[in-house]
Amino acid sequence: RKMATLSVCQPQLGGFSFENCKRNAVLEAEVTKLGCNIPSARKTGTTICGVVFKDGIVLGADTRATEGMIVADKNCSKIHYISPNIYCCGAGTAADTEMTTQIISSNLELHSLSTSRLPRVATANRMLKQMLFRYQGHIGAALVLGGVDCNGPHLYSIYPHGSTDKLPYVTMGSGSLAAMAVFEDRYKQDMEEEDAKRLVRDAIAAGIFNDLGSGSNIDLCVITKGRVDYLRPHDMANKKGVRTGNYKYKQGTTGVLTKSVIKLDLEVVEETVQTMDTS
Amino acid sequence: MFTQVYGDNGKMKEYHYTGPVEHRFSPYSFNGGTVLAVAGEDFAIVASDTRLSEGYSIHSRDSPKCYKLTNTTVIGCSGFHGDCLTLTKIIDARLKMYKHSNNKSMTSGAIAATLSTILYGRRFFPYYVYNIIGGLDEEGKGAVYSFDPVGSYQRGTYKAGGSASAMLQPLLDNQIGFKNMEGVQHLPLNQEKAVQLVKDVFISAAERDVYTGDALRICIVTKEGIKEETVPLRKD
Repeated sequence: RKMATLSVCQPQLGGFSFENCKRNAVLEAEVTKLGCNIPSARKTGTTICGVVFKDGIVLGADTRATEGMIVADKNCSKIHYISPNIYCCGAGTAADTEMTTQIISSNLELHSLSTSRLPRVATANRMLKQMLFRYQGHIGAALVLGGVDCNGPHLYSIYPHGSTDKLPYVTMGSGSLAAMAVFEDRYKQDMEEEDAKRLVRDAIAAGIFNDLGSGSNIDLCVITKGRVDYLRPHDMANKKGVRTGNYKYKQGTTGVLTKSVIKLDLEVVEETVQTMDTS
Repeated sequence: MFTQVYGDNGKMKEYHYTGPVEHRFSPYSFNGGTVLAVAGEDFAIVASDTRLSEGYSIHSRDSPKCYKLTNTTVIGCSGFHGDCLTLTKIIDARLKMYKHSNNKSMTSGAIAATLSTILYGRRFFPYYVYNIIGGLDEEGKGAVYSFDPVGSYQRGTYKAGGSASAMLQPLLDNQIGFKNMEGVQHLPLNQEKAVQLVKDVFISAAERDVYTGDALRICIVTKEGIKEETVPLRKD
């Protein structure tokens, strides 16, 4: 009897799993008949990067998510949790980066419980690349994976088709060229933490100001042995302009045509507050 | 190579093509930018952002899209920058020709009519430019003329054009045209309120449109002349 690691949900039949493509084609045809378009995948534009310094890893990301050339989310979080000692930045299709990192995070937790050990970055890298290769690039997730394990700090870049590179500094996304220019200029081996944070902050800032697909704030994640600093936001590089006019409407400005009141007998079980940007 | 899927009727249906694709040379490119014009009782405002972009890059953070034509008329042009430059050169030449043969400057209405003819002259290889003319008419009242790339035009009180036009136009319809509001006083627009509205509206456009940002150039046309004002916007 084989001792296989426990994995969630995935029947590993080998090869490609395109079971939903027929369904998607049928749905698309039906929607087009009604004269509408299928919603396009939201891409993150993005500048993400990572650097290895003396005591660990610094990961950085911007916070703009675009849909075409319109900003869909001004403050989205692109640094995803994989395990207590491993974090992953994601560029490309937003849903793909979110779901892929969550699946691997879940499987890695089960693996960690099964081995009674803190997970290794190489394991997360192997799981991510094997999944992305299985989908032959159709999962548009370009990742920067970084963490500190028993063998020290490790940094990988992972491409949508499943290739990976293990390097001391990496950048991904539409702003990767701007960020890499900063790294190539100022990267040094064995930097101190403050220098590494400043370098990553400047690299992301280069992406934010020179790439139209990236913008808003700079998020940082510093991982060292035994400590993780998730700095969100680390730097609010762009604040919204202050509007001088008042655009609030008086009650009754929107005309009411008909009104019908239906009373619902409800009992408040739980109350939570989630803030949103109403400026 | 491509992957094939069996469609409804059982025949093979091609759904994803990843092999080599032939791209034709395109004479146009999109350089972004938003323009806006508002007309008041005795003034006109033409505003534009100053960012020039292409693809995901920025060419310039200081390239305004308003061009002064006469003492009483300003034109805002956005779209393909090459055609914007050529078109403004052609309009300047036509203004000079008119002045030399008629011994007077062209009025806003005359410039608008001439521009329409120039644009339609290129009906089958259009100038990829969205034009909005703002100025004072012969009676000294504010006038706004908005165009499409092939010369269809109409006089109005306000118009937004360019990349963020779809975001700005509904807001202007509401705040200047008082559309979709009930029981609100229809106050005439004065110059200070109009300038404030233009600044606020561009701040909002810069939040959500990646092509709009860097700085805002406002040209205010009154019978005293043309006054320019520059306001910084988001640079990301």
